[in-house]
Amino acid sequence: MSSSTLNAEKREGWNRPPIMEPDGEAELLEVAMGPHHPSTHGVFRMDLALDGERVIRLKPVFGYLHRNHEKIAEGVSYLASMPYTDRLDYICSLTNNWAYALAVEKLTGQEVPERAEYIRVILAELTRIQNHASAIGFLIQEMGASGTPLMYAFKEREKILDLFESLTGSRMMCNYMRFGGCRVDVSAAWLDDARKVVAGLPSFIDEFENLLSGNEILMARCQGVGILRPDLAVNAGITGPMLRGSGVNYDLRKVDHYGIYDRFKFRVPLGDHGDVYDRYMVRILEMRESVTILNQALKEIPGGPVMDPKAKIRGFRPKPGEAYGRIEAPKGELGFYLISDGGPNPYRYRVRPPSLINLTVLEDMCLGSNVADVVLIFGSVDIVLGEVDR
Amino acid sequence: MKTVEEIKAAIETAVPGAAVEIVLNPSPSGQHALRLAPGNAVEVAKFLRDDAELALDFLSNLTGVDWPDREVTEKVKVARTVTKTVDGVEQLVEEPVEETRKHIEPGCLEVVYHLFSIAKKHGPVVLRMRTINRTDQVELPSLTPIWRSAELQEREVFDLYGIVFTGHPDLRRLLMWEGFKDHPMRRDYVDPDDFEYEPTPHDAVLARAAAHKAAQVSAGQEGTGAAG
Repeated sequence: MSSSTLNAEKREGWNRPPIMEPDGEAELLEVAMGPHHPSTHGVFRMDLALDGERVIRLKPVFGYLHRNHEKIAEGVSYLASMPYTDRLDYICSLTNNWAYALAVEKLTGQEVPERAEYIRVILAELTRIQNHASAIGFLIQEMGASGTPLMYAFKEREKILDLFESLTGSRMMCNYMRFGGCRVDVSAAWLDDARKVVAGLPSFIDEFENLLSGNEILMARCQGVGILRPDLAVNAGITGPMLRGSGVNYDLRKVDHYGIYDRFKFRVPLGDHGDVYDRYMVRILEMRESVTILNQALKEIPGGPVMDPKAKIRGFRPKPGEAYGRIEAPKGELGFYLISDGGPNPYRYRVRPPSLINLTVLEDMCLGSNVADVVLIFGSVDIVLGEVDR
Repeated sequence: MKTVEEIKAAIETAVPGAAVEIVLNPSPSGQHALRLAPGNAVEVAKFLRDDAELALDFLSNLTGVDWPDREVTEKVKVARTVTKTVDGVEQLVEEPVEETRKHIEPGCLEVVYHLFSIAKKHGPVVLRMRTINRTDQVELPSLTPIWRSAELQEREVFDLYGIVFTGHPDLRRLLMWEGFKDHPMRRDYVDPDDFEYEPTPHDAVLARAAAHKAAQVSAGQEGTGAAG
């Protein structure tokens, strides 16, 4: 069977056999890429069937970092899971906190004070910028530009992590949000520091873009590679910059208006072709939009409490019922689904992980491309294994 | 956005014979659900996706819930005939007596779907489906042919809850390893007692390990437990 007919057939057919079973295609080379491959962002394995350099089949293998987060959360109180949500997508602990707090607030109907809403927006947008910067840095690293571009991204990320540290006490495991508000108030000095960091961000993004966006090698490697059609993206539940890179206008900050996002003016960048370059560009433009949101939020932040003083922290028992709360995390739609039976622990606690669901189409994007491009396409999905495997 | 009642009516007109039940949610979130009969769930799902007004093109979240058998205690009033002395004469009198009855409500496994519309920007519409029991009749139709985002999530539910999705293109374990026997998210799952490593071994763990070792020696075998 020639590789092109085989390829078309495999694209059509759903019933692909497990990759490691002998199926008579002796000329195909089977490669287990990972779990300790440097490009897999942790412990993730792709089983590839190769015809020369071309990918004929790709099977993702999950579970190397599985610790059954959901089972653990069902055995402890609602609040005790908050620090554990930091460990899902450990690059973006603050957005994880927010998504969980939002779901619990939907379950109980708690109100959040205005100042806390502003703090949440500021922290979430800072998280988005540092996530996108490091995602792009890793993407360039996977293109072969070892180290240097990543360090440009990390230089800026350091400043944002310093802000997180001075506010929450931790750079990555922030554990900052609470049901009905935030753990501690921000000081005026912290806000001044944040304004300084935010004022420096546009020049960082300009510098980053000057080095990258028009770069011949980057364009040659990224354009037309790993194309994701918008209809497939919607059907496969892809969210975040990947979905918008395929040109589908769906940003939960605009759709759900959770928190106070209806108060800010910002645009939703969209891609045209759905290739790796568009995903890269959407992330760059989203960083710029986050800066405009940050400028507005840091200007308008009101005084007041960050937590309702009457909010119950100990002996927290929501009434029976259930709620699904979701936010636009940097990697896509992060949702928490909770069922309460009236007890101190959630009866059911479910994390809707954007990183895992965005990998549904990995094979579709990679079929027919070179092995070197698989690394790149995988990098453009932007995953964290802590969230994929939970 | 239609209410659950309107969606139920729309489903029942579009798919003849579809049994839809509304499950009310008492929490302030107000996310009420629709319980589908597994028999024609695929047609219902197709209708929900393709209907011009609902256009639920985005299956965001799919997950399992375990409802084990539970013992229900209820008080019932029963009429009972008792012998009583009325006016010095022994008589048979009917008298209402309160009695406590217990019965086992059979458990089931449930799948919950959260649907949104990217075209119309509304949602969520919550669907639920239940298996007949938790042991041998755990099949539900797979919705992966309708929404591809179910592909990995159904594999996860199969792995952690043991619900078998008929019609899934590639139903294998997702997170646990091949050869693992149990379904860890079920509420009656028992941890294996042969953990090889504990960072800070304390009395309970050491006692369990000793018991496990003793059982192994007496059985003269190795490698029992869930991983077997």
